[in-house]
Amino acid sequence: MNSLPLLAEQTPIEAILAIGPEGKGNTKASEAWGKLTTHSDQKTLMMLFDAMNDAGPVASNWLRSAAEVVFKNLEEKQIASSNVLGEYFLNEKNPSKARRFAFELIKRNAPEAANEIIPGLLNDPSPELRRDAISLLIKKGQSLENENKKDSAILIYRQALNSAIEADQVKLLSEALKRLGTEVDLPKHFGFLMRWHSIGPFDNTNRTGFDKVYPPEKEVNLTSEYEGKGQIASWKPIESYDPFGKVDFNKPLGLLKETVAYAYTEFESASTRTAELRLGCKNAWKIWVNGDFIFGRDEYHRGQKIDQYKMKIQLKKGKNTILVKACQNEQTEEWTVQWEFQLRVCDETGVAILASNRKATPTQDKTQRRPRRPKKS
Amino acid sequence: MINRKIALTLATALSLNQLVFGENWLQYRGTDHRGISIESETPTTLSKEKNIAWKTPLPGRGLSSPIVVGNLIFITASSTADQSRLHVICANTDNGKIEWNRQFWATGRTICHDKTCVAAPTPASDGKHIYALYSCNDLICLDLKGNLKWIRGLMQDYPNASNSLGLASSPIIVDETLIVQIENDSDSFVSGINLKDGSNLWKLPRTKRANWTSPIKLNEKEVAIQGSEGITCVTAKTGKIQWSYSEGASTIPSSVSTPGGTMLYVPSNGITAIKPRKDNNTPEIIWQESQLRPGTSSPLIVDNKIYIINRAGVLNAAQKNTGERLWRLRLDGPFSGSPVSSNGHIYVASERKGIFQSIDISGKEGKISGSIELGETILGTPAIANNSIFIRSDGHLWKISNPKG
Repeated sequence: MNSLPLLAEQTPIEAILAIGPEGKGNTKASEAWGKLTTHSDQKTLMMLFDAMNDAGPVASNWLRSAAEVVFKNLEEKQIASSNVLGEYFLNEKNPSKARRFAFELIKRNAPEAANEIIPGLLNDPSPELRRDAISLLIKKGQSLENENKKDSAILIYRQALNSAIEADQVKLLSEALKRLGTEVDLPKHFGFLMRWHSIGPFDNTNRTGFDKVYPPEKEVNLTSEYEGKGQIASWKPIESYDPFGKVDFNKPLGLLKETVAYAYTEFESASTRTAELRLGCKNAWKIWVNGDFIFGRDEYHRGQKIDQYKMKIQLKKGKNTILVKACQNEQTEEWTVQWEFQLRVCDETGVAILASNRKATPTQDKTQRRPRRPKKS
Repeated sequence: MINRKIALTLATALSLNQLVFGENWLQYRGTDHRGISIESETPTTLSKEKNIAWKTPLPGRGLSSPIVVGNLIFITASSTADQSRLHVICANTDNGKIEWNRQFWATGRTICHDKTCVAAPTPASDGKHIYALYSCNDLICLDLKGNLKWIRGLMQDYPNASNSLGLASSPIIVDETLIVQIENDSDSFVSGINLKDGSNLWKLPRTKRANWTSPIKLNEKEVAIQGSEGITCVTAKTGKIQWSYSEGASTIPSSVSTPGGTMLYVPSNGITAIKPRKDNNTPEIIWQESQLRPGTSSPLIVDNKIYIINRAGVLNAAQKNTGERLWRLRLDGPFSGSPVSSNGHIYVASERKGIFQSIDISGKEGKISGSIELGETILGTPAIANNSIFIRSDGHLWKISNPKG
């Protein structure tokens, strides 16, 4: 007689990795967390770290906090060791956040060694680890600048900038270099997409345009024209001259309200690879890559920042199409003039991925001026 | 059997306040959610030398208020350049010593206006667990020793539930249900969360409009949800809508109710005092006073008066039954946090320089009876427990109390 196979009992780590959306699996995960944190051995600690390689964002938090407690248990018994954690930290294939966490624990245990390691993290895949190394160079550059050693300061700032990926550090470094007479090609540094074709306006009265499917969502034919809002909508080339890649629909279309516009570009990728699209936008927006809808959000004028939205995408070798929909609403206050977005392609760390056929960053005719007041269309 | 029933009844009758020894302050604006401590003999004439019992550095920014359970204070913070590190911190009320600091990674977007930060909502407690919510919509439950009980990544579950200016609504506990209000231009909802496992007991869609107000405890069973459209009263346990007030309301200061929820004072056309009806029809408007217009701070009711701090930093007192204005007193503002009260005084801290002020409200007119310049920007609301006031900035947590002995 065949017997039913016994179901293997779920290990505590498996229970944590099995958590699902909307709190599913929390009870079992809590029991598992309780079991794991009674341990005070390196094996459990590293098991928790290794599990972070397979964990989603929420499960990672369960594992992180368990590892925090297990490490404290080890500390209390004075048997915390940096060696095994160090191996995990040094393996750049491990998740960035987990490596940073491992580094922080190492720093608690061996602060002098950790401080020696920081300068070597300049090109680390973990943005947080890299940030520390860049901060050291910034301080060094500032010190040289204060000593009036201009050439040395420029060299140090340049080295820092080559590795800097976070907007605040890049801005600080580009301003320092500008102060010392050296211009920085910020759009190229970030990988902002600067050349687009735009079309509009389409109707967004009562904010209904966000859900409406206008012709560019069905096909992109740069020679086509469509019935727009009060005018014929046709594709027009548009370039950004903004150092942070802002593409401004107000320029080709005028300061309109309750309207929708689209921007289209092509991105030539040297290989098939994963990448991130990082968007900053204070208008309602949607994005498609190679015709596939990626994400959309119907929020208006609540704030815009570089890398506000991070979206994982798959690039194919050769031509990739990117379509952005941006909706302007009915508000007429001065701070609701903006009808723009800034989009860059980068890797998971935030390092720019440049198109294989990327042209030089466009430069603006400085005599052009832009009106600021919005008008009701 | 009878004895057991009696014991159970008594246990149920015990308020949350009595679950742990001493006076507690379990959520935003206190356990009763009205910003009042009845028991505390807090200091009135303030002096930096005599009344700052201790000052403890914090590892990150925060607007959230401290909460107090027995001799423990719990506070949230966010750190790192992008505020993606979330902290739940436990400190000792006696000496300010940090007992533990649990850290988590933000799983939702951390973008917010520079003035606010990710640790904006005040945590809540049932006396046994801490429920900490952040602007990135991570919701974390720990026990008082820092043991993790459950986590929700609400932005993982609902990717468009966010506000690029930052969220700030503080969850509250009513009828063993955690009420979480997430309102923004895109995916807005209010949800009753199961305290035991973090699952949704219920979830109601809300108006797609940014809103920073917190749910308001009306009584032991019902909660008022405030938004741009007005007020919706729901049963905490089930999410069943009981009644609505549809005359609009502020999206920043939150309403305050009288004990039992017999009256609700809504920042709507100034202040509108509404009285819920037993048959759940549209509540009766008792009075409306357009001159009582709160700025960012939520109103406060002490005894028979309502107190409002307006945009200009002027404290206004009015009769709570009629709205009749009684007196005005210019404070050292501006204010983002809300006033709280104990010992015949109102306490509030200003944004700039963190000027912590006590206002004597026992006389015919209010008067400032003391102030301490804490020297840091303070945007949060104080907590009061066991004769002490706890307040935080981005950098520190303070205990303000009378000197011992």
